[in-house]
Amino acid sequence: MTPENIKSEVEASIPGCQLEIVSNPSPSGQHSLRIDPAHAVAIATFLRDAEPLRLDYCSNVTGVDWPGKEISEKVKVKQLVDGVEQEVEEIRKTQTIGHLEVVYHLYSMEKKHGPVILRMRTEDRAERVHLPSLTPVWRSAEFQEREIFDLYGVIFDGHPDLRRILMWDGFEDHPMRRDYVEPDDFEYEPTAHDEVLERARQHRTVMGPL
Amino acid sequence: MSTATEPVRILPQSPANSGSDSGEGQLLEVSMGPQHPSTHGVFRMDVVLDGERVVRLKPVFGYLHRNHEKIAEHETYLGSMPYTDRLDYICSLTNNWAYALAVEKLAGIQVPERAEYIRIITAEMTRFLNHAALIGFLTQDMGASGTPLMYAFRERETILDLFESLTGARMMCNYMRFGGCRVDLPAGWLDQAKKFAATLPRFLEEFERLLATNEILMARTQGVGVLSKEFAVNAGVTGPVLRASGVNYDVRKVDKYGIYDRFAFKVPLGEHGDTYDRYMIRLLEMHESLKILNQALQDIPEGPIVDPKTKIRGFRPKPGEAYGRIEAPKGELGFYLISDGTANPYRYRVRSSCMMNLTVLEDLCIGHNVADVVVILGSIDIVMGEVDR
Amino acid sequence: MDENLKSELRKQGIVATTLQELYNWGRKNSLWPLNFGLACCAIEMIAASMARYDMARFGAEVFRPSPRQADLMIVAGTVTKKMAPQVVRLYNQMAEPKYVISMGACAISGGPFKQGYNVLKGIDRYIPVDVYIPGCPPRPEALIDALMALQKIIDKQSLTGADRPRHLQADAPSEFVVPEFGAHDLEPSQNPEVWQPPLVNISLGGTDDAGKH
Repeated sequence: MTPENIKSEVEASIPGCQLEIVSNPSPSGQHSLRIDPAHAVAIATFLRDAEPLRLDYCSNVTGVDWPGKEISEKVKVKQLVDGVEQEVEEIRKTQTIGHLEVVYHLYSMEKKHGPVILRMRTEDRAERVHLPSLTPVWRSAEFQEREIFDLYGVIFDGHPDLRRILMWDGFEDHPMRRDYVEPDDFEYEPTAHDEVLERARQHRTVMGPL
Repeated sequence: MSTATEPVRILPQSPANSGSDSGEGQLLEVSMGPQHPSTHGVFRMDVVLDGERVVRLKPVFGYLHRNHEKIAEHETYLGSMPYTDRLDYICSLTNNWAYALAVEKLAGIQVPERAEYIRIITAEMTRFLNHAALIGFLTQDMGASGTPLMYAFRERETILDLFESLTGARMMCNYMRFGGCRVDLPAGWLDQAKKFAATLPRFLEEFERLLATNEILMARTQGVGVLSKEFAVNAGVTGPVLRASGVNYDVRKVDKYGIYDRFAFKVPLGEHGDTYDRYMIRLLEMHESLKILNQALQDIPEGPIVDPKTKIRGFRPKPGEAYGRIEAPKGELGFYLISDGTANPYRYRVRSSCMMNLTVLEDLCIGHNVADVVVILGSIDIVMGEVDR
Repeated sequence: MDENLKSELRKQGIVATTLQELYNWGRKNSLWPLNFGLACCAIEMIAASMARYDMARFGAEVFRPSPRQADLMIVAGTVTKKMAPQVVRLYNQMAEPKYVISMGACAISGGPFKQGYNVLKGIDRYIPVDVYIPGCPPRPEALIDALMALQKIIDKQSLTGADRPRHLQADAPSEFVVPEFGAHDLEPSQNPEVWQPPLVNISLGGTDDAGKH
């Protein structure tokens, strides 16, 4: 039941799938398996039905937002300095695209073991946010995937009823993303000073004096 | 009284949604909620009816979505503890324990024995409180006009007095800390608790006699809303609703968190999976809670109540993630935390038992009358603070 | 009327009073609340109507499920933006004279969840509130205290004159605008007839609102 065993069993029975073990440095010891979206439904069905796993209970489906980061690395480049070729250190900055991630926690009610943790990544945070839905395999994922669609914007293909669940239907943002800006209705503070006082004053000029 | 944005609509009949024997066959779409005396908080159900029978039912929630998870990303780990009180607001101490357990798993903190005993005592009292209040609300939904609820609340008030003298607040206790509890038991608290626990068997007997052989209750709940084993497991249902369908899965026995393996208690299972079973399971669980409570009140040792090595201020766990879960009175309550080494969690997720239990509502209600919908919803036991977070 | 005369008459079995006193006495002792609990404060409201902190003694026992039959709305719990239009609609459906008690920190100003994209920062943005009860949650005794304060307010309301209450003035509005769901927020985000954001500046140097000494 270790991640390595599960990985070898799944790779043996489903050809072409790619699994990667993501280790967890904390004392909880809960390591996860990253699966590729193309074979996700097949892997999930195998995990649910095959002995000795029988993971028939999907406990938790979580969305996580990993926004793009700036990575700077020092690179040694040959450059002409005062006519002499020298090796100079240059700092190169690259921007990662960032992605959204969906994490599944699976347990077995029959065999009473677990958790087995699966992760799936989207390709980016803007357009290519489609992932296969695991609701046909575990019905408990239904509401949770709808919530991830509502709050993060991941589109689940194959979900029977994908619409917003916690926010109203006309809402247009995905609030749990790290770059979401809240609407400006926080007009007063009991101890307003500095920028909060400035913001409150602007509201006051818009609405007229007391 | 419904307050839908659209008026009640009459749908034209089509072969897809007829399914009824009546010759006319016009379907009625009614929105029950969000303000309705029986919906246990701000919950809405879009029900499609054929006469009195339910053809389709879609639950709509989000009316109490208070973005707890987003607030937790700005707060420190300890700062989120008062917010966990307000998740399932009837049982605040079990919420606190679930969060403390998840953080202790994340950071590898040990809990001293006396604190574990105190946690179990308060958790079993909370379980008792919750089940008694739920049975009271269930009978009120059936029209008993609040009298069994008054009996249940009488016991609840005594337990809340005990909680107030221990934690300082009646409902929002904010009592557990990472590595133990916040304050030790005040002088005389154990004696008061023992005296109270001695009166509970008589209350349980009185409650059972009032309700368990009541003809109206039996007629309205037996055979109503039958949930099969396989569907319950696949839909992620946990807690008394799952055990009423006959599946033996109690997180206290499976994970053995805390020191539950030292206590002798049984896990009651139901046979039919209908509303009557869900209701009787909760009565039986109250008996088992009483057993655990009596044992814990006898055996509690002296000692420290918090691990002295834990830094409470400036708490910065190492990067990593953890998923911790407990058997809350309503089901499995879990917290999933991802830490990036700073004082605020990177991702804080609440696995809510009530939201998962709602997955089966539609399938349970189809084919029953509108009046049964109210009873079935009551037996699933939802609290909107946890469904919407 | 002279108090001594009144008590003398009462000893003879004759009660003398004014129409205003009688009208207010009848109204204040039979306030029927609307069955409207949103969140945690609702449980304390239920506890206030249970056997220990009986609210029935004050005439407020009958919780009506229909807004047409209620005259007191106790907004107990967090009002979210998704729920706000329904709250205002319910208030509009109540018949005059109607009163609102805003129970708990969340209904007053958003409470602990103030920093939230879905939380309405106080129900008094859209409807007029008569009594505010701070607390998270307030104890049942605090709710009874608020009920008594509301009874005092009703007692002082006059039948005629410029300061008569809203339900006796023909041109005062009794229905307020219901917010719509916008793309990012409610539209309008508050009702300027009912609520203006207070500008509070507490500073040690003693500056006024313009920031000058």
